[in-house]
Amino acid sequence: MPVFFERRQLVTPGDLLAENEYMTGENTYKENGKIYATRVGLVNYEGKKVHVVALKSFYIPMVGDTVIGKVVEVTLGGWVIDIRAPYLAMLRASDALERPFRPQKDDLTALFDVGDLVIAKIVAYDRTHDPLLTVLEHELGKITRGQIVEITPTKIPRVIGKQGSMINMLKKETGCHIIIGQNGRILISGKSPEDERFAVMAIRKIEQEAHMAGLTDRVTEMIRKEKGVKEGTEHVSKETGKND
Amino acid sequence: MSQKKPEKMIDENDIRLDGRKLNEMRPVKIEVGVLGNADGSAYLEQGKNKILAAVYGPKEVHPKHLSLPDRAVLRCRYHMAPFSVEERKSPAPSRREMELSKVIREALEPSIFTEYYPRTAIDLFIEVLQADGGTRCAGMTVASLALADAGIPMRDLVGACAAGKVEGRLVLDLTDLEDKGGEADMPLAYMPNANAVTLLQMDGLLTIEEFEQVVNLALNGCKQVCQIQKEALKAKYITVKEAEAEKEEKEEKEETEED
Repeated sequence: MPVFFERRQLVTPGDLLAENEYMTGENTYKENGKIYATRVGLVNYEGKKVHVVALKSFYIPMVGDTVIGKVVEVTLGGWVIDIRAPYLAMLRASDALERPFRPQKDDLTALFDVGDLVIAKIVAYDRTHDPLLTVLEHELGKITRGQIVEITPTKIPRVIGKQGSMINMLKKETGCHIIIGQNGRILISGKSPEDERFAVMAIRKIEQEAHMAGLTDRVTEMIRKEKGVKEGTEHVSKETGKND
Repeated sequence: MSQKKPEKMIDENDIRLDGRKLNEMRPVKIEVGVLGNADGSAYLEQGKNKILAAVYGPKEVHPKHLSLPDRAVLRCRYHMAPFSVEERKSPAPSRREMELSKVIREALEPSIFTEYYPRTAIDLFIEVLQADGGTRCAGMTVASLALADAGIPMRDLVGACAAGKVEGRLVLDLTDLEDKGGEADMPLAYMPNANAVTLLQMDGLLTIEEFEQVVNLALNGCKQVCQIQKEALKAKYITVKEAEAEKEEKEEKEETEED
């Protein structure tokens, strides 16, 4: 029997998942024809491919990803940005200015200063070089308003949903503008703090219940219920008092 | 805890001072993900041993010259709290602690895919809060779980256990008293799925036959530890599921009450 677990079963590092003709997918490795897990997660067998959906991980940069980073240092020719990855990212002045960079005249702190949050895109990265960012594209640049929610990067696909089903629902139900950084940071900006609060709650729920089915419907229900609560605040506070 | 060395550590019925059989381990309790600010953490109690482990990283290396171009560096600190032993221990790292930090690092490094993250560092802190013999083994056991909890890709979990010789008898999982009064002590760390030993130390004297028996005894102990490790790691996520199920049940109940 070449398969040792059922689909979506919890595995730990070192667990033997499959043998021989199977291929390694994410978070697995092969040794002497045997495939083992490298992280805690849920196994999945897709045809001949075995992979593990990690329950906890950290962000590994990928070229083309949109990320939300924090400026940690302003250097002579650009900025050093923390993108929650094992490596600090570089944003060069020429990737932030739409005209040639003049080191004597341009004041980089006027554009981004230490502590600023920026939405950026990764333009270059490999294991020998730190990631390189750009902000010269639509919807990129400094964040001026809204709230940031941080979640485990492995759960980002769940927040987006199949063909964006989850994220579209969130945007529609809360009326907030939501930008997802692949590094696990999510920017929420809404018309009122209340709307933002709903979105934050929904994302927290998604993070907690990422491994369970039928999530989109339950989150929709939760938001609608919360909205109802807000409209009838007085009525509800009495009831919660009773329940305590 | 201040007790003089007893005359006999194993009685005529083969029962040890704490009531254990010769090949019996102390009860082990492990909890994973206990620290909010660490990337990964775990807490272990093995008899009177109480140990906390925390992992940070992979992250950029400071100072930079310590980084390696082809893999991550694992930096390990084994430290005993001043109150962990009977006589107050100086909090400064002692010769023994520095040596243990090194052997623990070398025992855990083969279990980690360090080559996946070049130019980074993984910081590992093992804090012994209460010590009663066998803390290096217990330290490795928790540290391995903390690494797994941090989401660091690993070949296998590392479980460790000691065995030795006390009053001419071969015993598993020695306490501080047995270690000090016994003839030999052998800590062993083991990766169960890879079937590989990553640490083997010994002090004292054993014959070749005894050595083999003690290795097998310790290996059995390691396998038990690994089983507990795995369960502890899974328990973290199963409890999440259970809590959710409970919450949903409660909500349903409330709803019916409201009606």
